[in-house]
Amino acid sequence: MLLSLRVSLLAVVFAALIGLPLGAALAVGRFPGRRALIILVNALMGLPPVVVGLLVYLALSRSGPFGVLGLLYTPTAMIIAQVVLVTPIIAALTRQTVEMLDAEYAETLRSLGVSRLASVPTLLWDGRLALMTALLAGFGRAIAEVGAVMIVGGNINHVTRVMTTTIALETSKGNLALALALGAVLVILSVLITGAVSMAGMRSASQEVRHA
Amino acid sequence: MREGAAFRTDPRLLEASGLRLSKQGVALLNIDKLVLDGAGPTLILGPNGAGKSLLLRCLHGMIQPDAGEVRQGGRRLDSLACGRQAMVFQQPVLLRRTVQANLDYVLRRQGLSRMARAERCAELLDMGGLAPRARQWARSLSGGEAQRLAVLRALACDPEILFLDEPSSALDPASTKAVEALVRQAHERGTRVVMVTHDVGQARRLAGDVLVLHRGEVMEHTPAAEFFDRPRSRAARCFLEGRLIL
Repeated sequence: MLLSLRVSLLAVVFAALIGLPLGAALAVGRFPGRRALIILVNALMGLPPVVVGLLVYLALSRSGPFGVLGLLYTPTAMIIAQVVLVTPIIAALTRQTVEMLDAEYAETLRSLGVSRLASVPTLLWDGRLALMTALLAGFGRAIAEVGAVMIVGGNINHVTRVMTTTIALETSKGNLALALALGAVLVILSVLITGAVSMAGMRSASQEVRHA
Repeated sequence: MREGAAFRTDPRLLEASGLRLSKQGVALLNIDKLVLDGAGPTLILGPNGAGKSLLLRCLHGMIQPDAGEVRQGGRRLDSLACGRQAMVFQQPVLLRRTVQANLDYVLRRQGLSRMARAERCAELLDMGGLAPRARQWARSLSGGEAQRLAVLRALACDPEILFLDEPSSALDPASTKAVEALVRQAHERGTRVVMVTHDVGQARRLAGDVLVLHRGEVMEHTPAAEFFDRPRSRAARCFLEGRLIL
């Protein structure tokens, strides 16, 4: 259970570090190929986890380009696979949020002498509530995912076995009660975390409209 | 006129020449020469679509005209007119932060120390009567308060020129009065005020000189006292008599 959390949370953190600036750049930047890139990022949201697992597996396997690092069947490999899965989600949702906010802010920020590049931190900060939802969507994808972590992690007991892969294993062994119980724990865990974050978000949102 | 004006150009002098802007063959702005060198405030009057907002944005450097140039204090305006100019829009766009943080955002860009920022922020809030609202979310302010905050934010960077685009067109009389008071204060402190309005009464209350714009052209530019007595152009006469100009 802790491994599940650690892998998925770290994956979301790294995906956010890549996805937030990337999404903001796509929203604010004006460069050739921007539209194509936006479509690509949006399309990548639908990447099948099994395929991502396979590609990361190929990259990390002994004969692959990163084979020397010996990362296959480690939690690190699982984090890498999940970062690949989650980054497009965060980037695409960030792009949309920041673009909408920018449409509202652009004229004012420009008038205040803020350059396009300098407006990115402002937009990210002022869009923080909506961006939190983007991170939650990414976390939801990561914590629920089986295929990729199964392939690159190998579902090794005490090393790379996470809750989803355990549930898959126990189900195929016929231990339905155990699988169901683990499933319940996973659901509670996921709901608790997303619920807590959105509650924090909602509280600051309601503060914003109070005294309106 | 400020002291020493004879030796160097007044930095608040605003000139535009040969300003042309058209879209899909329709001329939106066509101004040969416009000099704002009086004491002001300059009020820009005209019907919808006359190009008032466009002119303001050109003067502020937010829109690049097809031809012509804008000079402030004798120097060409760079595309980003930081610091020396500020603008208040019809619909204030406030950051999703507290009232205080909205002002601090502008002050921080000027590289002031934390102490100096806090001091200036308190001073501004006092000036706009928003001190009790300092920690409130800016988005929860009423329309009048929001516009006052937008004016304060524009004044925070001590602009030489302050543009206002119908700042009170959506406000009730009390809020309008508060905004006008702030504008008057800015004017008295030596900021050149250039303001677009629909409201002849507002022009009467504030104007030092009046500019009438119609179909993208300057119909007249007259000192206020003279304008309200004997407007030169037909458009201005119609406007003052409350008739519709088409």
